[in-house]
Amino acid sequence: MSAPDPTTAAAAETETLSRLYRGLLRIRRAEEGILELLLKNKLSSTMCHVSIGQEAVAVGVCDALQPDDYVTSTHRGHGHFLARGGAMSALMAELMGREAGACRGRGSSMHLVDASIGHLGSNAIVGGHIPIATGAALWTALRGEQRVVAAFFGDGATSEGIFHESVNFAAVQRLPIVFVVENNHWAMSLPWAKATAQPSIEVKAEGYGIVGVDVDGQDVLAVRAAAREAVGRARRGEGPTLLGLSTYRFLGHSRADPSSYRDKAEEEQWRLRDPVVLTRNLLLARGLSEGWFDEVDRDVAAEIATAVEVAENSPPASLNEVFSDIYATPLEGTR
Amino acid sequence: MTKTLTPPRTVTYREALREALFEEMEADDRVIVMGEDVGKYGGAYAVSKGLLERFGDRRVIDTPMSEALIVGAALGAAAVGARPVAEIMYMDFVTLAMDQLVNQAAKLHFMFGGQLSAPMVVRVQQGVGRGAGSQHSQSLEAWFAHVPGLKVVAPSTPADAKGLLKSSIRDDDPVLFIEHKGLYARKGTDPGREHTVPIGVAEVKRSGVDVTVVAWSNMVHTALAAAELLAGDGTDVEVIDLRTIAPLDMQTVLASCRRTGRLLVAHEACVTGGLGAEIVAQVAEQLHGQLHAPARRIATPDVVLPANTTLERALVPDADAIASAIRDLVRS
Repeated sequence: MSAPDPTTAAAAETETLSRLYRGLLRIRRAEEGILELLLKNKLSSTMCHVSIGQEAVAVGVCDALQPDDYVTSTHRGHGHFLARGGAMSALMAELMGREAGACRGRGSSMHLVDASIGHLGSNAIVGGHIPIATGAALWTALRGEQRVVAAFFGDGATSEGIFHESVNFAAVQRLPIVFVVENNHWAMSLPWAKATAQPSIEVKAEGYGIVGVDVDGQDVLAVRAAAREAVGRARRGEGPTLLGLSTYRFLGHSRADPSSYRDKAEEEQWRLRDPVVLTRNLLLARGLSEGWFDEVDRDVAAEIATAVEVAENSPPASLNEVFSDIYATPLEGTR
Repeated sequence: MTKTLTPPRTVTYREALREALFEEMEADDRVIVMGEDVGKYGGAYAVSKGLLERFGDRRVIDTPMSEALIVGAALGAAAVGARPVAEIMYMDFVTLAMDQLVNQAAKLHFMFGGQLSAPMVVRVQQGVGRGAGSQHSQSLEAWFAHVPGLKVVAPSTPADAKGLLKSSIRDDDPVLFIEHKGLYARKGTDPGREHTVPIGVAEVKRSGVDVTVVAWSNMVHTALAAAELLAGDGTDVEVIDLRTIAPLDMQTVLASCRRTGRLLVAHEACVTGGLGAEIVAQVAEQLHGQLHAPARRIATPDVVLPANTTLERALVPDADAIASAIRDLVRS
């Protein structure tokens, strides 16, 4: 094979990086917008966990997936939803408790879903969706499909028993799944060092007989590259991967949390590694103009403004359906 | 078909369940069976015997001892198109899978705006009879009746076991399918191939005018035996088999109580917070002033069940105890 044309290769890389940057910025600005809406009492629930600082995890992993693949997500899942291709208006309307929301206004921040793009739901029980993702991978493998499942969960979830049960079963069955450990180093107030005596995801994976990697989760290109390898392995039938992505939530666990348990110097160090800024710098170095960044800013702002407008014009969630929609199969016998 | 004099074929409860699994797996390749020892071993109570040989290890999946994973993976598979039947060996072990059943499966359809559903069955068995002890004998159905989104059934006969299992597999919601370890060898009429029983419909097993006894699972047979004991005294007992625990078919129960004016609920689960409390409460709320006597429960007392068949027998209501409770009700 001849060496690729350096100019073309560089242009392709710039294009990829531009796409990733746009993805990062959409999440960042959307969540900033969500926090504003929260302050204005425009959200339907008080529960709201933003992923500001962690965007490269969602964007890098989802960029490595194909349209038919599946993802499952967490209580901190706005980013996963948007990166997977969920509509901005479905997110905003959901948070505002409207019929046009992803869950028709029933789920709010912690429960987002879009089955049409393989987003199988974000879950408010830490680790609770890991076996569900595993089951989706089981079915896709039994059917001989080419789909891969990416299960996002935090460092906290690795302390749950269900993490072990799921990873172990997926390893035994060589299921097409990527377990994405979105390690923001703090399970609410508990630091990673107090949650595990073995901080390396790579080493943890060895115990299950599968591949594990420890990757810089602030570097969107590194995340994407590692995710592509893991997804490829899964698609080739070579089994699951534990994809450890080291990241940091810049804000508290939730709005109620000033994160007083964290060292301010630690927070400042991590803020120097803001994935939006890092990616922007890479693009600047590649010669993208300020004008280009302004245009992306305007696009994203317009998308969010339109989404909020769609949400505000959507009817509120139905109270009647709270009673009528409990079951998928209505009872013949209920009389 | 020519008429023959052959008596109707009988099957055991175990065989009826197995036939339901065979038939549904043959009819629909989305139906898979998964759990501990369900394959070559054939299931702890031999219900899935022969399934592995017939359908292979892609549809009959032996899992590690991971109850939460079994239920959760069944749920994940169900969410993307499978119709899994998961087996949890003992009801007591469902405690290990509570999150998946209660927070996940029960919520999936409503919480995600109807985009996803969970067409799955979790088969469990419960109850006394083998001296299985404190951690293998509990009757925990009331817990799950308390969780909207789940359907809970507890058949008492081979025909209902088959019919309800087929209905449960075809249902698009998560069904907790409760068997009883004392019922597997029980024989009954073979209902034939295409037999289904609707979820949510109780059955009057014996008509009577003096008192209504509501029971389910193995206790139905004890209640029927008690009714026979009293028949000689001229007390005419109506026995209702709930068949479905959640949602409750209160219409059948209320209609019967209106006729008889007396209610006794008999269950094997311990008395406090048992399903009997709910049924008695609903009857009291809706038939106040129409009853001839206060509605009552008879149940296992609030004890930790010992692994000792003599003690076990002394604690769980038998036909004599139920008959005695009925006599008290009729006298009052």
